[in-house]
Amino acid sequence: MPILFKKIRLYWPLIKSTQTGLLLATGIAGYLSAHFPVNIPVLIGMSISLFLAISGSTIMNMWYDHDIDAKMKRTHKRPAASGELSRQEVYYVGMAISVIGIGWALSIAPLFGAVVFAGWFFDVVVYTLWLKRRTAWSIVWGGISGAMPILAGRALAVNSIDFIGTLLALAILFWIPTHTLTFSLKFREDYSNAGIPTFPSTYGDNFTRATIAISSILAAVAIGWASVLIGLSAGYLRLIAVLTAGLLLLAFATFRVHTERANFGLFRYASFYMLISMIILAMRAF
Amino acid sequence: MKMTTLDRILLFLTGLLAAYQIVVGIDRMSTLPIAAYTIGFGVLLVAGLLLIILGFDALDSPVVVIVSTIIPLTLSLGLVWQHLASFRTVYLLFTIVSFLAVILTRSIPLQNSLPVITIAVTHGIAGMTIFLLPIILSMQGSTPPLFSLVGVGGALIGIGGLLLSFLKTGRPILSRETILKILPGLLLIMTIFFVTGFKYG
Repeated sequence: MPILFKKIRLYWPLIKSTQTGLLLATGIAGYLSAHFPVNIPVLIGMSISLFLAISGSTIMNMWYDHDIDAKMKRTHKRPAASGELSRQEVYYVGMAISVIGIGWALSIAPLFGAVVFAGWFFDVVVYTLWLKRRTAWSIVWGGISGAMPILAGRALAVNSIDFIGTLLALAILFWIPTHTLTFSLKFREDYSNAGIPTFPSTYGDNFTRATIAISSILAAVAIGWASVLIGLSAGYLRLIAVLTAGLLLLAFATFRVHTERANFGLFRYASFYMLISMIILAMRAF
Repeated sequence: MKMTTLDRILLFLTGLLAAYQIVVGIDRMSTLPIAAYTIGFGVLLVAGLLLIILGFDALDSPVVVIVSTIIPLTLSLGLVWQHLASFRTVYLLFTIVSFLAVILTRSIPLQNSLPVITIAVTHGIAGMTIFLLPIILSMQGSTPPLFSLVGVGGALIGIGGLLLSFLKTGRPILSRETILKILPGLLLIMTIFFVTGFKYG
């Protein structure tokens, strides 16, 4: 038993629990946004399979990137980078969890499973294995991968890839650069030491800040549009509008005030914004 | 001054109450009051979130004076539009003109006391409107007695707005530390009075 607890304690940091939790929340929100009567067993199955698939892809990322994680101050204590876990063990755990998660998702519904698999494939193969060390634009594929959980949740509910699902996925796709690009500005030395091409190192800070602001605006537009099409009540639309106005003002502020603090403020607000938006979309079901 | 966990909790609760008011508290009103209250409580919500995210340093921004004017102006406009039909146009004009005046006097460097007078007049009229109108209407029996709680909220927002504005203009009524210490609690109590007054009034 103590060995099991020790393993869990070591494996837990492999899944980046906050990021995985937020992506899982988007998947649940996507499912509940369809406002069909909620099927609790399906919702639970969807949540667990999605959690496993997202966790699996994150662990595979940790497995492949253990060498560059070891070179970065922010990540050098991760179990695979620090050597607490062997690379082989991380690979087997990642693959096992991925296979269980994707297999479970496919057994719930083929379309849902296919979208979940697409998210895993874009993250592990396209983003991590292929592009991350080659081009700063790899974040687009990271974004597409991050957009798959909400699309999968929506697809499970409506049994198709509909326009609303696509808008929701676009909202996540455009939100992710506020996260990754803010980190690439804040931890530029780390990325430079690891030899990872980033927007700041390739195109400069101003272009990066402009990209963050524009992608925040596009994320807000996509969420707002989807909210109207979903049929949120006037009250919830007002709330989304207010929060969106806050996001837009902050995005414009980053054009004028070129500080890390302004960028980090926008990044944190955008994360709040996305979480609250997901809760609002999910509440439509009840 | 560092923000404590209690400050963050108080601000979060303020934001939740403001969000509740925006979603369900102002339904069944006409368009202009809905828009005015949405802006007023929306500014409160977003400002609360930004304070949680950035800490009290966010108050150092020059836009704080302008933002802290929006809340009393929009809330008072909503009240006047709902309850004083004959003053609608006049008060709408006052709202627009005084808001523009605050923006102008804060944007152009002026050595005289015009910026302070502009803020004092704007907060004074808007604050007194939110404070007195609900209480008078309740006393007259035009609205249920609990609507007077909106007036209490108005008094508190007037105090908060003046404290912040005079702090920003360099003539603080209380020390910065004292203002920051009471601000999260003041915002929460004020919002509780507003939400309760609107719901049961």
